[in-house]
Amino acid sequence: MAKRVEAANVTAYYGGFKAIENINLTVEPKTVTALIGPSGCGKSTFLRSINRMHEVLPGARVEGNLTIDGQDIYDRDVDVTAVRRMIGMVFQRPNPFPTMSIFENVVAGLRLNGVRRKSILEESAEKALRSANLWDEVKDRLGKPGAGLSGGQQQRLCIARTIAVEPQVVLMDEPCSALDPISTLAIEDLMFQLKDKFTIIIVTHNMQQAARVSDRTAFFSIEKTGDPGRLIEYDNTQKIFSNPAQKKTEDYITGRFG
Amino acid sequence: MTSTLTPRRPRPPAQPATLRARRLPAYAAPAIAVAALLLATGLVYGAGIGGPVLVVVLGALLYLVGLFVATNAVEGRRSARNRTWSALIHSAFVLAVLPLASVVWTLVSKGSERLDGNFFGTSMNNIGARDANGGAYHAIVGTLEQVGIAALITVPLGVLCAIYVVEYGRGRFAFTIRFFVDVMTGIPSIVTGLFVLAFWVLIVSPWFNDGRPSFSGFAAALALSVLMLPTVVRSTEEMLRLVPAPLREGAYALGVPKWKTILRVVLPTALPGIVTGIMLAIARAAGETAPVLLVAGGGAAINVNPFENNQSSLALFVYQQAGEASKYSPARAWTAALTLVALVLVLTVAAKLLARRNQLGR
Repeated sequence: MAKRVEAANVTAYYGGFKAIENINLTVEPKTVTALIGPSGCGKSTFLRSINRMHEVLPGARVEGNLTIDGQDIYDRDVDVTAVRRMIGMVFQRPNPFPTMSIFENVVAGLRLNGVRRKSILEESAEKALRSANLWDEVKDRLGKPGAGLSGGQQQRLCIARTIAVEPQVVLMDEPCSALDPISTLAIEDLMFQLKDKFTIIIVTHNMQQAARVSDRTAFFSIEKTGDPGRLIEYDNTQKIFSNPAQKKTEDYITGRFG
Repeated sequence: MTSTLTPRRPRPPAQPATLRARRLPAYAAPAIAVAALLLATGLVYGAGIGGPVLVVVLGALLYLVGLFVATNAVEGRRSARNRTWSALIHSAFVLAVLPLASVVWTLVSKGSERLDGNFFGTSMNNIGARDANGGAYHAIVGTLEQVGIAALITVPLGVLCAIYVVEYGRGRFAFTIRFFVDVMTGIPSIVTGLFVLAFWVLIVSPWFNDGRPSFSGFAAALALSVLMLPTVVRSTEEMLRLVPAPLREGAYALGVPKWKTILRVVLPTALPGIVTGIMLAIARAAGETAPVLLVAGGGAAINVNPFENNQSSLALFVYQQAGEASKYSPARAWTAALTLVALVLVLTVAAKLLARRNQLGR
């Protein structure tokens, strides 16, 4: 199920502003890859260009090659919705649909893509909620609104919603930055379990989190404000945090910069 | 006098030694109010300069002054300002509600006289100046049909137009649409009436009517929809813009196509606001007199066919009855006005309930 993501010379723009330049990076299936770096260095931009969410903003565009198991996702014939079904995304702030119940939120992806049969929906809702470690907390109130859950529960609801459509790759854009330490721990545990089935790419500002959850770490940085973000170093997490090859990476990780 | 050049240093506010402060007792405000009213009564009737209205106005002013002075003496300046402004804000609310309450009271008290079965069951056909009965059945039918048709035309058109402007429109074309919708908001209703008269009644309707121009309820509905359209577009547009972008992104990230995201995520989220906007537009259209007079012609007889011949409406009925030289017609006008307000109220409440049924309870 999990797939390999390859980026070659990926450059992304917001209108005339070049946000990232020449990113080359390969993400292996069934691993957790963390993207770290100072604010504004293009981690989120790169993440959003992997499932073509970058182009949702007016004037934004991507150049270069992004492939998933060898298929170019920016090919002219590619259906954007198919790409996004294959590559799911969890956002920084939990965004459950306010008009839908917990159950409807989890199956929203399936239902809005044409799945009607109730038994299938119920089965995948339970499966997704169990995978997201949320089932026990919400099983008695599936009909209640999703917005009534706590922040951490909402974020796990959004993760359940994302994995309910059975993507190959799950992108997470600072999924814990709005959460308390206990909810953060719950989501990190979840990532460990999800790694068996999915390829996970996570943007995080929290270096301990990167060190805890990821197998590989990519360090992004910018020279100065207004410059495009570049990939400085990409290696095994162990190596990045113990013996990085680049001086810049070491400075960032030890807290001397950024 | 010694003049020193040292500028005054801004001093930090003195820290009070305790957090407790002297407070006016709870009965102080009502007591001041009563005292102010009594004083005002004494002044007004003692000097013989006015009646109860002046007493209330003077009493309110005295109350504000008294409240400020008393609070200033006991609780200090900040608290005095706070109380005075609170009192002013509350009086603004009362002033705003007064005319409304007065309208409702007048409508109910004067309109209840003819609130009978005859009024809702008969038309004004063959009712002369000396006849006490006669009703608004034909006008109610006219209002319902005209506003209904206008809503059928306007709601889909307006909502789709707003969706285009918010979700798809880019650049000059969308800007032009928004600009002209804004311009349309300011068109006086008589102008839309004249437009439909010139365009529909005089040019188009002869094609369906053996070459003779014809008034119709449908023409009135057209004029009303021109009036309703900008309100519906603008309010829907505002409501769609209020839907947070992360909700759209959340749906896109699940692989949901854009049109389905709009239909199943964006519209339901904005629905209560959109319904309010539509009901405002309907209420405005139901109260219009001029266009109906111009293009539906009015009429005393029941005509349930909106596509042919004269039709009346409640607003037009009120206008005509109010100007009629008969001692019975003012009562009919009041009752028709009450009926119109009640109709709009019932429609609004029903629409709000329907929209809320879609929302989940907290």
